[in-house]
Amino acid sequence: MKLRRRSIGAAAAAPSNRLAGPWRRSLLFRVVATTLVIGFGTVALLGAYVTSEIRDGLVSTKVDRVLQQSAQDLATAQEDIYASPAESPNALQQLVFDLDDKLRALGGEDRGLVLLKSPSNSSEVPLFPGGNPELVGVVTDDMRAAVEDGATQPWQFVELPDGSPGVVVGSPLDIRVAGGYELYFVYPLESEQQTLTLIQRVLGLGAGMLVVLVAFMTWWVSNQAVRPVRDAARVASRLAEGRLSERMKVRGNDEMATLARTFNEMAESLQRQITRMEELSRLQRRFVSDVSHELRTPLTTVRMASDVLYDARADFSPEVARSAELLSNQLDRFEALLADLLEISRIDAGAARLEFEEISLTDLVRDEIEGIGHAASKVGVELRLWIGPGEHIASIDRPRVGRIVRNLLSNAVEHAQEHPVDIGIASNGRAVAVVVRDYGIGLTPQQVERVFDRFWRADAARARTMGGTGLGLSIAREDARLHGGKLEAWGRPSKGASFRLLLPRTSRGLGQDAPLAIVVRESEFEALGPRKVVDVHPDAEYTESAP
Amino acid sequence: MTARILVVDDDPAVAEMIGIVLRADGFDTEFCDHGDRALAVFRETHPDVVLLDLMLPGRSGIDICRDIRAESGVPIIMLTAKSDTVDVVLGLESGADDYVPKPFKPRELIARVRARLRRNDTAAPSTVRIGELEIDVTGHRVTREGEVIQLTPLEFDVLVTLARSPGQVFTREVLLEDVWGYRHAADTRLVNVHIQRLRAKIERDPENPEIVVTVRGVGYKAGGVSS
Repeated sequence: MKLRRRSIGAAAAAPSNRLAGPWRRSLLFRVVATTLVIGFGTVALLGAYVTSEIRDGLVSTKVDRVLQQSAQDLATAQEDIYASPAESPNALQQLVFDLDDKLRALGGEDRGLVLLKSPSNSSEVPLFPGGNPELVGVVTDDMRAAVEDGATQPWQFVELPDGSPGVVVGSPLDIRVAGGYELYFVYPLESEQQTLTLIQRVLGLGAGMLVVLVAFMTWWVSNQAVRPVRDAARVASRLAEGRLSERMKVRGNDEMATLARTFNEMAESLQRQITRMEELSRLQRRFVSDVSHELRTPLTTVRMASDVLYDARADFSPEVARSAELLSNQLDRFEALLADLLEISRIDAGAARLEFEEISLTDLVRDEIEGIGHAASKVGVELRLWIGPGEHIASIDRPRVGRIVRNLLSNAVEHAQEHPVDIGIASNGRAVAVVVRDYGIGLTPQQVERVFDRFWRADAARARTMGGTGLGLSIAREDARLHGGKLEAWGRPSKGASFRLLLPRTSRGLGQDAPLAIVVRESEFEALGPRKVVDVHPDAEYTESAP
Repeated sequence: MTARILVVDDDPAVAEMIGIVLRADGFDTEFCDHGDRALAVFRETHPDVVLLDLMLPGRSGIDICRDIRAESGVPIIMLTAKSDTVDVVLGLESGADDYVPKPFKPRELIARVRARLRRNDTAAPSTVRIGELEIDVTGHRVTREGEVIQLTPLEFDVLVTLARSPGQVFTREVLLEDVWGYRHAADTRLVNVHIQRLRAKIERDPENPEIVVTVRGVGYKAGGVSS
């Protein structure tokens, strides 16, 4: 249900999305669209106002003229009637026809005439009113009532039979013995209508051109402003890619040129800083390399001398013999510490280089278990290797990953308290996981957070059986990171600790899902796959339970 | 016959100490403390193994390595104070057979020297054919269609080890053990670099090797271009 609703929502949102996209992305689009909308609105309002003003002006002038002419013509007509000696119906009829002709001559062809008998006229004299009979319907009842009430020159806008606008002016006309009549002049407003249409058309055209011009100007001006911003964005992204010598073009001396210049100054400063950092890092690498050489040369002599003494300790007195032993052991420790220190400073300086080759993690872990197995069995710790289905081949730097696994194993053995240590390997399409789980003293959550810190020890006073420099896990985590992988820890006091190494199989990275959880229960290792038995005897070939 | 070892190292203490250790194990020692004189001393003394420090006054260890390689296949073991990848690979590519990172234990050094002196003297057919190559194991000669191909003793050992079991895949670790004499996992780059050098000499097209074939994710084997 939920799904369907969502898909409908998506369909409804689609057309608005089509505009929302450029609206969000393009400043230019936004500015031009806003200008167009506002421009159109303003011009439309202005146009409407101007048009109505012009129409009112045109019409009121016309009405004034119409009223004036009507009054004049009516007066002439009335005078003619009073001056006429006509008495008989025939003569009166002739008078009306004459008037009709005369009024037509006065008012022109366009003006229509309507002569109606007043409703109150009770005269018996039959008169054919003449005028334009087709216009009789134009005269409204309101109009007739107004004329009947004696209003001076009542007038009204009407619609002529052909649909065009017009004005009707009415007034009473006294035709002596024939009684009261009403005379209506019908003026067409067609020419005014035409004028108005013309003006509207001109105004519309002008407004359209204005809007287009404004929109174009806006586009052009915004483009002027936006283009340097776009250039800056393009150059900035190139800088971010590491092409540090990329610069913006500086044209002229305006604000945009200032932007370009400031931008270039920033790039310059960045480049300087980065070059300086690179130089520092190079110096650091050089220093590490020199220290390494300078320290190792005397150490080589000391080492060999100490070993010669150690080998000959049987010939010495017990004190001297023990001294030779201590010297030799502590030199081992000193060497390990020096090697770790150099390694971590090399990693810090970004000078660590990896040599990738396709290697089976199964083989690598087995080799490392073989290497440490002897020491583990001496402290009563059993190492159990569980291998999930599939071949766990990944592109890795063998010495580094070997070192990570070695570290995890010796760490687990050291803290296992004679419980077994389980090692699980599993992989998916993207990553290989190695989990090393012990069931010994474990770690508190606070300790888990610090376990990768340099020179940090869970218990400073505790005796160390496996030695260790305090840098092992830090280096292991850095090594995992150099591979694009991860090294994570889990622990519960007296429940044991678990370390998971995740390595990408190819340069595509780890992917979303890990092949194994950080912590695996003891029973879950069996479900992972067949257990491989690794013969831990130091000098024997390893054997496998499966061929 | 005692083997003669040439020690090229500019640090007098290290050189003296190496001398003590080597002589205690029954080797003859010769010394050279300057890069510019190394080649001359080498020509004079005809050592069986050269121990070569990489950082020397005058000519660098890498250059000396190339010089010696140009006229002799004598085993060269680099003494490196730097374990930087590039230095080691550069040294191996310039012709060194093996390397010992400083500081090392005397036993380690002796083991490396002995491994280089050890000859492939196991009882086996004295002539092995692989592809177009004919390998005279006792005479240390490799010929292709009657033409002799110059190999260093180490390259020869690698080739013979592979060629004696055609089709069998050797992991890098096994090769390190069989040829270099390492008993525990060591730097597999040794194998990679020397396989490349070997291929450059024996393959018709080193880019598409037919005699020493890579088995992806495992190691190498002698190819099946048998006549």
